[in-house]
Amino acid sequence: MLEADNLECVRGERRLFAGLGFKLEAGELLYLQGKNGSGKTSLLRMLIGLLPPEAGEIRWKGESIKSDEFRADLCYLGHLNAIKEELTPLENLLASAHLADEALSEDDALDALEQVGLAGREDLACKYLSQGQKRRVALARLVKEKRPLWILDEPFVALDIAAVDWLAGIISGHLQRGGLAVMTTHQLVDIPAGTVRELRLS
Amino acid sequence: MFRIIAAVIGRDLKLAMRRQADIVSALFFFIIVVSLFPLGIGPEPELLRKLAPGVLWVAALLATMLSLPRMFADDHRDGTLEQLALAPHPLGLVVTGKVIAHWLVSGLPLALIAPVLGIQFDLSTDALLMLTGAILIGTPALSGIGAIGAALTLGLRGGGVLLSLLVLPLYIPVLIFGAGAVDATVAGLGGEGHLSLLAALTFASLGFAPWASAAALKIALE
Repeated sequence: MLEADNLECVRGERRLFAGLGFKLEAGELLYLQGKNGSGKTSLLRMLIGLLPPEAGEIRWKGESIKSDEFRADLCYLGHLNAIKEELTPLENLLASAHLADEALSEDDALDALEQVGLAGREDLACKYLSQGQKRRVALARLVKEKRPLWILDEPFVALDIAAVDWLAGIISGHLQRGGLAVMTTHQLVDIPAGTVRELRLS
Repeated sequence: MFRIIAAVIGRDLKLAMRRQADIVSALFFFIIVVSLFPLGIGPEPELLRKLAPGVLWVAALLATMLSLPRMFADDHRDGTLEQLALAPHPLGLVVTGKVIAHWLVSGLPLALIAPVLGIQFDLSTDALLMLTGAILIGTPALSGIGAIGAALTLGLRGGGVLLSLLVLPLYIPVLIFGAGAVDATVAGLGGEGHLSLLAALTFASLGFAPWASAAALKIALE
């Protein structure tokens, strides 16, 4: 499904990695590991098509990832939350679904917010929420997410223990449905389902 | 295609309504700058009538400039811009929506208040109507051209000054035809020709600018 071939990454004058390749099939999770500055986020940005690789190629279902079809299959969660401080959690969820051309009903959005523990705060502007709660708003997108490829940059940061377990459950549900996921993390969280593979950048 | 443009406009308008200070400050800037001229020059109707089109248009350009740096900066800072770039549509359509939303909150209020300010310059009814029409037709071009500059200077330190240096020279044709339309009306020649050229500038920039901005945004996101 997702293949990377002979990737090379140069940031500034430094070569972060070269000759990197992997293949990921349905139901598989790829853990990216490595020190700070080893190029994990750069690799993720290559995989979503925002950073063109110095050399090499990335293919999704055998096609280059430069197409609109690839982006319709992709769900990316960066280290920024991509939520608007002025909007409420509910409005944020609905707006991001609309902009990604996804159908999300208000009931589904409320249900997702309840699952991430934000029941009762749907109508409070996000600027009044704590850091962890903002992260939960960003993660609420994943609850109803049906797109097959998830690329998550440090999804467990700023979450408490209960939320980490909850997110691990959401990711394994996604893998069980035949989804793929690539993520970076410093804390190794046990994902109960699917095939977990590791890639260490150094 | 129209769904995504409408979704972007809807979101940006909602955000603007929650942050009205931005709209109001640009509008008040316009009102104050325009009102200073009659006070500084003194009560000479002949001279004021001559100055009016230029003063109003220059003030409109500067007021538009005020809100340009934030066009993409907020979305860039909180990560929303990445998500917009990853949406399954061409980024140019998203930018088209943002340009239209920018015009609705910056250009449209200027056009609505301009005739009231024009009275201070002793403009005739015809000239006031022409002024409103010209600002209404010309300001979308300002938002469009401004989007290119805002995208090119995204994430730069001191980008605001650079943005003015990049964008203001490109505003010159709009200024010439916009002020020319009112001038011609004051002189009794009719400003329709100028208005047509202004409309052509607007259509050209609305067609072309979003795609140029989208290309610049992709570079900024690398």
